[in-house]
Amino acid sequence: MATVASKLYSDDVSLLVLLLDTNPLFWSNRSTTFSQFLSHVLAFLNAVLGLNQLNRVVVIATGYCSCDYIYDSSLTLSGNSESGRTGMPALFGSLLEKLEDFIDKDEELIKEQEHDERIASSLLSGSLSMALCYIQRIFRSGHLHPQPRILCLQGSPDGPEQYVAVMNSIFSAQRLMVPIDSCYIGTQNSAFLQQASYITGGVHHAPKQLDGLFQFLTTIFATDLHTRSFVQLPKPVGVDFRASCFCHKKTIDMGYVCSVCLSIFCEHHKKCSTCGSVFGQSKLDGASTVSDKKRKAPDS
Amino acid sequence: MSDWQVKYKSSLKDRGTEGILKLREGMLLFVPNDPTSDSKLKVLTPNIKSQKYTKEGSKKPAWLNLSNKQGDSHIFEFQNYQDMHACRALITKALAKCEEEQPKKPAAVLTSAEQLSIADLELRFKRLHKEFVETKVLTEDEFWATRKKLLGKDSIRKSKQQVGLKSMMVSGIKPSTDGRTNRVTFNLTSEIIFQIFAEKPAVRQAFINYVPSKMTEKDFWTKYFRAEYLYSTKNTAVAAAEAAEDEELAVFLKPDEILAQEARQKIRRVDPTLDMEADQGDDYTHLMDHGIQRDGTMDVVEPQNGQFRRSLLQDLNRHAAVVLEGRNIDVDSENTRSVAEALARVKQVSKADGETTKDANQERLARMSRLAEMEDLQAPQNFPLAPLSIKDPRDYFESQQGNVVNEPRGAGTLKRNVHEAYGSLKESILEIRTKGLRDPLIKPEVAFEVFRSLTQTISTAKNIIGKNPRESFLDRLPKSTRDEVLHVGKLKDAMSNSYSQLEAMKESVQSELRHQLSLLVRPMQQALDAAFQHYDADLQRRTAKSARGSAGEANGSV
Repeated sequence: MATVASKLYSDDVSLLVLLLDTNPLFWSNRSTTFSQFLSHVLAFLNAVLGLNQLNRVVVIATGYCSCDYIYDSSLTLSGNSESGRTGMPALFGSLLEKLEDFIDKDEELIKEQEHDERIASSLLSGSLSMALCYIQRIFRSGHLHPQPRILCLQGSPDGPEQYVAVMNSIFSAQRLMVPIDSCYIGTQNSAFLQQASYITGGVHHAPKQLDGLFQFLTTIFATDLHTRSFVQLPKPVGVDFRASCFCHKKTIDMGYVCSVCLSIFCEHHKKCSTCGSVFGQSKLDGASTVSDKKRKAPDS
Repeated sequence: MSDWQVKYKSSLKDRGTEGILKLREGMLLFVPNDPTSDSKLKVLTPNIKSQKYTKEGSKKPAWLNLSNKQGDSHIFEFQNYQDMHACRALITKALAKCEEEQPKKPAAVLTSAEQLSIADLELRFKRLHKEFVETKVLTEDEFWATRKKLLGKDSIRKSKQQVGLKSMMVSGIKPSTDGRTNRVTFNLTSEIIFQIFAEKPAVRQAFINYVPSKMTEKDFWTKYFRAEYLYSTKNTAVAAAEAAEDEELAVFLKPDEILAQEARQKIRRVDPTLDMEADQGDDYTHLMDHGIQRDGTMDVVEPQNGQFRRSLLQDLNRHAAVVLEGRNIDVDSENTRSVAEALARVKQVSKADGETTKDANQERLARMSRLAEMEDLQAPQNFPLAPLSIKDPRDYFESQQGNVVNEPRGAGTLKRNVHEAYGSLKESILEIRTKGLRDPLIKPEVAFEVFRSLTQTISTAKNIIGKNPRESFLDRLPKSTRDEVLHVGKLKDAMSNSYSQLEAMKESVQSELRHQLSLLVRPMQQALDAAFQHYDADLQRRTAKSARGSAGEANGSV
């Protein structure tokens, strides 16, 4: 039986954890409606499930102030198929129901933190952590498990204040050898997603035409890890490696880095706020180093 | 007159002869100490053209270099600078005197001699006197009558300088009392009258008005001094009463109207940017001890009769002004009226001068208008101001940053429509729940477009970054083309040439420099070595590949 199972769980069986951006502030002013987007996504999920009967899909909604699992294909009773007049697979009925509940809860939460004036970013760090937790649970369930990967369907801009959490999630994913694919559908560039895909070996793509989103998803992101070794997937031309400083959560491209713990600061501090290392005086101003270098050059 | 111990030098290199320099009437005499020395010198003062001297503080001794009109120069070394300066001063004086006399040269020898020295003159007169008077040729009176002219001429020459006014103040004229009666006597001279007129234009004006039509000169002065006397008693109440009775007397007691007008005019001429009020602190009148009356008694402040008081400062200032102006009329007569009129004329002229200079007036107006623009002298303008209240600067900047991020998406009104957004999101979900997925999920054209763009993206990305960095563009070309493009052979030849050239260069230099040169040349050689190595490896690989390829083909065909 074990051999059958091992044969079943070949390297093209995937666990897809989809992080769905349900940020109302993002969706409220888009030409593409959320229902259109959802229909593309649901079709894609259906396609993924159809690719291999052992494929599993988990959907995590990434809201404005919270995130939650809204769908787990392993929990859905396959027998309970009530294909209604809508022509939609029954399994997504529960997804939509949960999504609606989630949005209600999210709205409640945003009322509580009325004073908050942060950028209209989604809680990507939270959903990434949840995805990793889920994957960790899969890993610990036994040695026979599908190949997990995470797909971020994100449109909201990055929240610089989440930088540390997001980066930690990314490094955890890297350690777990879980690639994070990212499909950015917003107008700007997402440094988080670019870095996440770059570090974890996932695919990052930002489709231009959202009405063809399904095509993008099936062509790029439906490929399992085994297939990726022989399929040419789009590669990013460059990666936005900009970081957020730890002190003011600003996105910076130049700053000060703690030599001990690699914390990033936008201004010089006497002491690292993360690890407590005391920094000495900057030696850059000493002209002696420059002249030393200049003197050394002809000698060598 | 004056003698100095000096050293005389005829030139700079001369060691010098010690002796005495004497400045005598019209000449400089040098008498050497050694009577045998022949360096006696006699220079006529008018012949001295210029004098040079060493500066005090320089290391050189005190030298005085006199050059005469013949171009000869005489150097005198003084014992100290003090002597030298004294001598210089005397010579300068003598020279000046000579110059003054120059135009008089054609005059009689006698007069020039006369003017040379009073002592000489005296001698001459004595001689003449002896000659004529003692021999009874002329009487004493007759002798002096003819000489009187000389004195007159002298005095005229001397009186070119203007005689100033006495610094004694008019108000200082104290009456003399005989001690027995209540009568006081004022002594009045023409000089005092002039001074009174100059200092008090009102009195002058009154004099012109009243004398002699209304009263005699004597009456006028009596009245004036009565007023002065009243004033000096400091009994302002009495003064006020008297002034009320006698209007002519009141003229003298009241503040001088003409002066006040002049003062106003002067004030108007003051630069408007000058803040007079700010200077008030520099004024001493408000200090307790400065209300001193002119006779040293303290000023008793009686505000109700203030107009009959004059302060010492006012008097002093006026007096000082008049003294500085000086005697600017040439009327030297005993007639008081003519003096008064002349003074009035002068005043009028100077006043007219001040007034008619329209330019000055214009300039003053311009200055005023310019001044009016100075903001600190203008009324405060109350601009509508919105108070700036930034509680936390970080909040402010972060909100700014947020706006910048949000603006392109038009989500500036973030909070307001957040519930609308949630509503629309739920609507969308409801819509998809009721309607289901869109039937043609994706249009074929769109799908095709997506494929096309993806293919393009992938292919360009592969061209840009997807390639192996070790293989180059040249590797993709067929070998023949590549060789053609590069002229590999030629290139290789040139490179090996340059290699050997470098070697030769190393050989050619001297052994001690060779190390230095080899250090310089080494990077180039290393690069060339690497290039050759690469070429060789490439060639081998290529030949092997082509061999294999042909073999494969051969196999395939079999």
